[in-house]
Amino acid sequence: MQLNNHSFEPILQKGTLATLARPSATFRQAAWRRLKKNKLAMIGLCTILLIFLLALIGPLLSSGSYSDQNLMQTNKPPSAEHWFGTDNLGRDLFIRVLYGARISLSIGVVASFLNLTIGVFYGGIAGFLGGRVDRVMMNIVDILYGIPVLLYVILLMVVLQPGLTNIFIALGIAYWLNMARIVRGQILSLKEQEYVIAAQTIGASNWRILVHHLLPNSMGPIIITMTLAIPEAIFTEAFLSFIGLGVAAPMASWGVLASEGITSLRSYPFQLFFPAMAISITMLAFNFLGDGLRDALDPRVRR
Amino acid sequence: MLRYMLNRTFNSLLVLLAIITITFFLMHAIPGGPFTSEKNIPAAVLKNIEERYRLHDPLWKQYIDYMGNLIRFDLGPSFKYAGRTVNELIRESFPISLQLGVFSIGLSVIIGIPAGAIAALRQNKWQDYTTMIFATLGVSVPSFVLATLLIYVFAIKLALLPAAMWGGFTYAILPAIALAAQPTAFIARLTRSSMLEVLAQDYIKTARAKGLSQSVILYRHALKNALIPVVTYIGPMSASILTGSFIIETIFAIPGLGRHFVTSIYNRDYTVILGVTIFYSVLIIGLNLFVDLIYPLLNPRIKFDGKQGE
Repeated sequence: MQLNNHSFEPILQKGTLATLARPSATFRQAAWRRLKKNKLAMIGLCTILLIFLLALIGPLLSSGSYSDQNLMQTNKPPSAEHWFGTDNLGRDLFIRVLYGARISLSIGVVASFLNLTIGVFYGGIAGFLGGRVDRVMMNIVDILYGIPVLLYVILLMVVLQPGLTNIFIALGIAYWLNMARIVRGQILSLKEQEYVIAAQTIGASNWRILVHHLLPNSMGPIIITMTLAIPEAIFTEAFLSFIGLGVAAPMASWGVLASEGITSLRSYPFQLFFPAMAISITMLAFNFLGDGLRDALDPRVRR
Repeated sequence: MLRYMLNRTFNSLLVLLAIITITFFLMHAIPGGPFTSEKNIPAAVLKNIEERYRLHDPLWKQYIDYMGNLIRFDLGPSFKYAGRTVNELIRESFPISLQLGVFSIGLSVIIGIPAGAIAALRQNKWQDYTTMIFATLGVSVPSFVLATLLIYVFAIKLALLPAAMWGGFTYAILPAIALAAQPTAFIARLTRSSMLEVLAQDYIKTARAKGLSQSVILYRHALKNALIPVVTYIGPMSASILTGSFIIETIFAIPGLGRHFVTSIYNRDYTVILGVTIFYSVLIIGLNLFVDLIYPLLNPRIKFDGKQGE
């Protein structure tokens, strides 16, 4: 066997090395790549974006308003003029469903942001301080957890009187427990990590560590919980509207539209069909996206 | 073990006390008395009525009276229906809701558990996808939409089943399906994920290596352990069936407690709202306590420090 200088040249040339290693990805990029592979989640995401877009610009493009009555045109079935038909006061159902999207979606988003704020701070503080504070704070959460929430949302709405702002308040103060538990669990495990000790040694304040290090790293579970909290809020609002505790007329969320549609089910089933479809599609889209996000973001599921 | 049980029972009683107190003061914080909306009541009559219901007593005295009555299981009179008490109302209508609820729970267990188990055994095959699509649909479609759809198809178009009222088995079918859809979907998802976890355990491999038959492995080793987490869903499930019954009983005109509760909300019948809320809370908290107490017996690995694992 003959050896010469040529034999000792590195096999890997520049260039080939780069193609061998997988392009390095941050956690966020990796999660996004996993999410993109999940067809159902992407369908959900696109549907949600489409619904938000329709809710934002849809009412601007149409000529009529959601409260325009036309008593000559009552209970008309879907047609070229009125895509979803009209209701018992001759109001165009397509426009009302689009406006309903604005109300229902804003209830979902605002309520889950309230949950987020309360839950993240409560859970964050409990998890970060730990010890006795944590024990007392989490005991309170455990006790509140035993309360049948929906009953209390109903009770609050009876006391506060129906209306959009009051729905925000009632949903916001009722549904933060889950978020608080999840954030606390995350913080509790993250605060033992080396980078937190490193931050402490260079003299970062507790507040800075919580806001700049711990919370951004617990974003995964927080986003998942929020994605699943939005449809729950929409659902709860529809439920409240059904028992007469929703937003006040002439405003109409999907829940109000659906419960109006139920009363005329026998003669005009289309009046229930469209708002019901809108609720179901939105819920389905959020659930698909939430499940997909869980698979993509939750490191425990990544096998 | 005993300490854990006592601790849990004490906590539940604390929750109950907190709930009753919050509920009481919330109801009395409502602006205007329960009779102010009544238009044609002369001032003198109104005063007499308020006297009769002792609304002029200071709030703390009303609270103590109410608590005293509660201990004797007396929830007081209805404000809207003269001569009717909340106790009578519950005694009359709750059995109907209970029947419907038990029927729905049975339905969701019988369908949900096998569906979830099959989905787990055939993971990523068509059986799995079909089950999961139905499970996601079940969670996404609101119960009142499903209920009206069922009425439209089976009662109006096909005229197979009654659309409303109560009286015998056929009347319970449609409402029970509408009520069971969501819990069924949850149970199926829960069973599936828990079954997948169990099937990956070492003791299943050991059982296979021992040469046990597939059915023994499935029923005795896998399913039995996979169902333990499903037990914890009993509490939330009964809560969901209960709140679902508000809507379903209203749509199907079933004279159960759920419909009476909704009617009392429309009528602002405060004592009924207060009484039924307390009754439901006792029911759900009691069930949750029951589950927490039997859970350690089912799952010997649980620790007794009063906390469930993360």
